[in-house]
Amino acid sequence: MLCEECKERPATVHITTIIKNQKSQVNLCEECAREYQQHWGFGFQPDFSIPQFLAALLQHEAPEIPTGRQEGTGPGCRACGLTYDEFRRTGRLGCAQCYNYFGDRLEPLLHRVHGVSRHMGKVPRRAGGTLSTKREIEQLRAELEKLVASEEYEKAARVRDRIRELEKKVAGNTEK
Amino acid sequence: MAIKAILSRPSSRWMDGSGPYADLIISSRIRLARNLAGWPFPSLLSPERRQEVAREINKAAHAEAAYAVAGELEMVMLDALSPVQRQILVEKHLISPQHAENEAEGAVILREDETISIMVNEEDHLRLQSFCPGLQLAECWRLANALDDALEQTLEFAFDERKGYLTACPTNVGTGLRASVMAHLPGLVHTRQARRILSALSQVGLAVRGIYGEGSEPVGNLFQISNQITLGRSEEDIIDNLAVVTRQIVDQETSAREVLQRETGPQLQDRVGRAYGLLTNAAVIGSEEALALLSDLRLGVDLALVKGIERRTINELMVAIQPAYLQEKAGRKMSPMERDVLRASVIRQRLQNKSGGVL
Repeated sequence: MLCEECKERPATVHITTIIKNQKSQVNLCEECAREYQQHWGFGFQPDFSIPQFLAALLQHEAPEIPTGRQEGTGPGCRACGLTYDEFRRTGRLGCAQCYNYFGDRLEPLLHRVHGVSRHMGKVPRRAGGTLSTKREIEQLRAELEKLVASEEYEKAARVRDRIRELEKKVAGNTEK
Repeated sequence: MAIKAILSRPSSRWMDGSGPYADLIISSRIRLARNLAGWPFPSLLSPERRQEVAREINKAAHAEAAYAVAGELEMVMLDALSPVQRQILVEKHLISPQHAENEAEGAVILREDETISIMVNEEDHLRLQSFCPGLQLAECWRLANALDDALEQTLEFAFDERKGYLTACPTNVGTGLRASVMAHLPGLVHTRQARRILSALSQVGLAVRGIYGEGSEPVGNLFQISNQITLGRSEEDIIDNLAVVTRQIVDQETSAREVLQRETGPQLQDRVGRAYGLLTNAAVIGSEEALALLSDLRLGVDLALVKGIERRTINELMVAIQPAYLQEKAGRKMSPMERDVLRASVIRQRLQNKSGGVL
């Protein structure tokens, strides 16, 4: 039998995969088999899911707790009752409050997955026009610094005025 | 009834083969994960409470604001559909496989043209998706963002100033945004560059997976490229990053195709011709083989090595040859062999009456 990939060398490696009761076989020569393995890997898991991956990551994070009390076996989230252990097993949180409740313990994970742990995106209008205004002020302040650094004072003055305007608006909203 | 139309046709607006870079990028998708404030996430809700959530979301989807953005939307409870019908929605990429499996109190809200799909009570209360043909991530985002704004007028979403939109899985927290493109990259695969180039994407925060194929290798040279990071960047940044990288992949794929044509012209012509010959003559064909041959044929269409076949025909066939779609069409459960026979006949009919041929 010739190798199915190069169709030149004899096939000496036979790879059988059984997925969901469907068997398939690939017949390759040694050289192509090596490439095949490098290409997609034999361990490719079709049902690989992010929660599972996360769960594995979390297991790894707290491998052995030396004495007495085990992490995560404590009381669950005050709002929904989910324990940290359950989260570690499934990779899924139970409710919005879990983010507060497990806050410190989630922080390293968020860091590892996202690199940072502070939201920079969209803000729901309902959660307060003030919130998005605050975000805008933050952005404008950063811009102001840049403008000052590059000595573009005229533009900087305009940005400064805009910041003052927005700050007044935020103050007004909080008073209401 | 949108759902009837959706289940009975293989085509959809976003698979019509149009849009920028349509020869390489089949479609773009934006998904936003949202949860209702004050409710536990779906996995901790009782069936009754999940139904309540579905009712709330349905109300918002039919409110004036949502109608102004998305027009008529229809909610379908998943347990009102047969397993085969749910599977068709998976085959059409409108719901996730997980959503189809956990059908109890799950629902989906669809627009008739399939450019909007909201999964209700999947992992999160809502997963709002918008689809566009070709590379049109910004367009997709505009639609999803507008619908999100509209829904938010009725619903209050779980949101934290520091963590952003709160999701069941911490990998989605922040923007809750997953942007993705479906790319056909036979050039990179045939020139054996796919692994090197695609694995480098993880370094820029993107993930790649095969769209079809459950084994060790993606089938049909179709890949989904999506962002992994959802927190700490704005939606525009995330989308822009994916769009920029996708354009680079488009360039790489295009030059790989040029190399194939220049260096291996006859072999390429042979490959396309054989694919056409097999597809138009086979009497029994499995879905993996069919998808692989359709990839060769699509490449032939892109490089004008085949005449009389439209890209949208190939896109439609990708849905029409899937197991659930075939069984729904036949109106009964079929054995794999029966499916292979029906699949071959569906392909022959679609390609033969096109009076097409290899140049």
